[in-house]
Amino acid sequence: MLQGYDPNGFFDEMFATPTEVRRHYERFRNLFEQISPAEFDERRTEVDLAFMRQGVTFNVYGDSQGAERIFPFDLVPRIISAKEWEYLERGLIQRITALNLFLHDLYHEQRIVKDGVIPAYYILSARHFRREFVQVKVPKDIYIHICGTDLIRGGDGSWMVLEDNGRTPSGVSYVLENRQAMKRTFPQLFEETGVRPVDHYPQELLKTLQHIAPGGVADPTVVLLTPGVYNSAYFEHTYLARQMGIQIVEGRDLLVRDARVFMRTTKGLQPVHVIYRRIDDDFLDPTVFRRDSVLGVPGLISAYRAGNVSLANSVGTGVADDKVMYYFVPKMIKYYLDQDPIIPNVPTYLASEDSDRKYILENLGNLVVKAANESGGYGMLMGPKSTKEEIEIFRGKIEEDPRNYIAQPMISLSTHPTHVGDAKFEGRHVDLRPFILYGEKPVIVPGGLTRVALRKGSLVVNSSQGGGSKDTWVLFGDE
Amino acid sequence: MSTMLSRVANCLYWLARYIERADNTARIVDVNLQLLLESRRLDPTQLAAYWMPIVESTGDHELFATLYPQATGEAVTEFLLFDQRNGNSLTSSVAAGRENARMVRDQVPAEMWEEINRLYLFFRSDKARELWESSPFDFLQQVRSSALTFVGISYASTPHNEGWNFIQVGKFIERADKTTRMLDIRHASLPKRGIPATVSQADALGWSAVLRSCSAWDAYKALHGSEVHPKLVAEYLLLSDEFPRSLKFCVDRLDASLRHISGVAPRRFSNDAERLSGRLLAELQYSKIEEVFEIGLHDYVDQVQARLNQIGDALFKTYIFQPYVNIEDEILVQQEYQQQQ
Repeated sequence: MLQGYDPNGFFDEMFATPTEVRRHYERFRNLFEQISPAEFDERRTEVDLAFMRQGVTFNVYGDSQGAERIFPFDLVPRIISAKEWEYLERGLIQRITALNLFLHDLYHEQRIVKDGVIPAYYILSARHFRREFVQVKVPKDIYIHICGTDLIRGGDGSWMVLEDNGRTPSGVSYVLENRQAMKRTFPQLFEETGVRPVDHYPQELLKTLQHIAPGGVADPTVVLLTPGVYNSAYFEHTYLARQMGIQIVEGRDLLVRDARVFMRTTKGLQPVHVIYRRIDDDFLDPTVFRRDSVLGVPGLISAYRAGNVSLANSVGTGVADDKVMYYFVPKMIKYYLDQDPIIPNVPTYLASEDSDRKYILENLGNLVVKAANESGGYGMLMGPKSTKEEIEIFRGKIEEDPRNYIAQPMISLSTHPTHVGDAKFEGRHVDLRPFILYGEKPVIVPGGLTRVALRKGSLVVNSSQGGGSKDTWVLFGDE
Repeated sequence: MSTMLSRVANCLYWLARYIERADNTARIVDVNLQLLLESRRLDPTQLAAYWMPIVESTGDHELFATLYPQATGEAVTEFLLFDQRNGNSLTSSVAAGRENARMVRDQVPAEMWEEINRLYLFFRSDKARELWESSPFDFLQQVRSSALTFVGISYASTPHNEGWNFIQVGKFIERADKTTRMLDIRHASLPKRGIPATVSQADALGWSAVLRSCSAWDAYKALHGSEVHPKLVAEYLLLSDEFPRSLKFCVDRLDASLRHISGVAPRRFSNDAERLSGRLLAELQYSKIEEVFEIGLHDYVDQVQARLNQIGDALFKTYIFQPYVNIEDEILVQQEYQQQQ
């Protein structure tokens, strides 16, 4: 079925040239070629139906029908060799280690500012910097316990970090569900390819959460705090809670008394020790942050400050997601670890630096401009794909609020053979979001969420903007 | 997990109620459509007289009157099956049941969730109405088998733990309520008090429809032959020890599940829900059908429904409602606490 596939000059994950398959894809290719187009089509329909029936869906905001959609799933897996994964793992662990050191420093001595590595201005103007948390001790000094780091590959196939998600990254349930679906659909491919398992993620996550329990609690109660059934990631929340065997709670299920957190059960109030919260800082506690929040728990932050309950991720990690802070991550790695970054950043220009801004404004048509605190593919200008009007709008925005913008060259993400209908396959752009757990030691389950831009030529992989996903296979070997 | 969130208990309770409600709605529409096929052509007034008691039995007749000018077959079935403005219509019950299931989907078996989700997706698709229009009985059959599958899964693949008992409580309260409502459909043909001496053929047909609506027709015939008399019908649907939709049977199971939740022995109580259900059960155990007709079937049924509601309220107060504090008040409480530190 892959006959006649053409990478069209992009770096393709599978095909080095139209006729030559990369070594770690060879076994897969040989097996995959034995599947007939009719069989493939049948399997694909089955998988879609199964996802819909199981409710493996995400909610679409602004849809009055409260519609749930399945996150389109492509049956051609993305494969990573053992050697390549070993490199990525080293790079990601280096990065999470530096980020946690940075956050601890930022909320305590602020040496990195005093030593002039990051200008104080950028910290003080960071939207998610929580002044209230300076000098607050967090359990085991860990700030980011769960991180989803987005990786991409450029035209020459080299890896780069696109962004870090150190607040409440989502997508890991798809990693696990996609794998289940693939195993059911093509069991024979697994038998002969040698794919490392991912299904221990929930156990690893639970260990990470138990690790930060308040001292002296022998058998801590861990819960997952969800914004509720209308949140776009609600399926994931229930999925993870179920896999870990913990309660999923909403704000209204929790109550704080004497700086301790309790949940309301049929047998009265029961203590809670660790909260895996999937609610942003702003909504956690209306007595501290947004007063209009009805999702949170009044008093939660005082219990947290008192050390009676632990939160994952910690409060205030959003500052590391700021795209201006991203620019400084390689400097953090150098400063805290005295190492060079193993996986580099995408070259980045800061609009608030005069020379960078001049360059950005002169080259808007060639650059990607991003708002510093947006995610999900929103608040972005793709210069080469935009109209004159769109470019002028961004010029205005940058001149008005340069602190809030960065720019990067347009990276032509690597492509991957992807089903485009009628058992035909074309290259579509992909990225990769591995999930890094930081508990007693950093753990990365081999794999991650490979997101794919299903629209031809599109570079936007977000689910809210027409993206789909693939199963990601990390091999035991290199072929 | 031995801990059960109050909110989860509440969701399980309502999930079971809505599924049971959907099943009963499907059954009552099914039976009455069939009955109509077997009767002579009715003029609009007769049709309204036929359908209106069915709407009244759901308790939503006032809403119906504001939405539809006349009780035609089309209006009533639309109202009972598809109308989203009716919170108790089949489509609304399925959606509400599914919404409750979704909130606790980590607590119910995957098969259970998938079955409810499947039914919900069917209702959201054009296929539901197409099937209803081309083959109403197949359509209703689908709904009923889904409800049966739900009950089957809850019996066969769910641990019979606290959550399961909340499902049972919801199911049996709803079922007891619905059985009494079905029994009430024909009350206009009865004297206010006492047992009627004669039963017309049309009335007998009507009472057999009541039995069918409760899936009791075959069981009743096995016991009483084909003689259909309101006294026997009422006795069977209210006081049978064996029939799983009779009031006594439902209250017995409801009472047992309440005791499983708290661990309290029979004939004792630890909260109002147990006290009220135990009392109702004892009364049913020592009741005769003649006494029911002395009170009047309609008035009796009314009283029972009120008492079932009291049990539901007491359950809520005992397990679910632990003062859900007003968030503004709670903010003040927390600020006061923080000031003291």
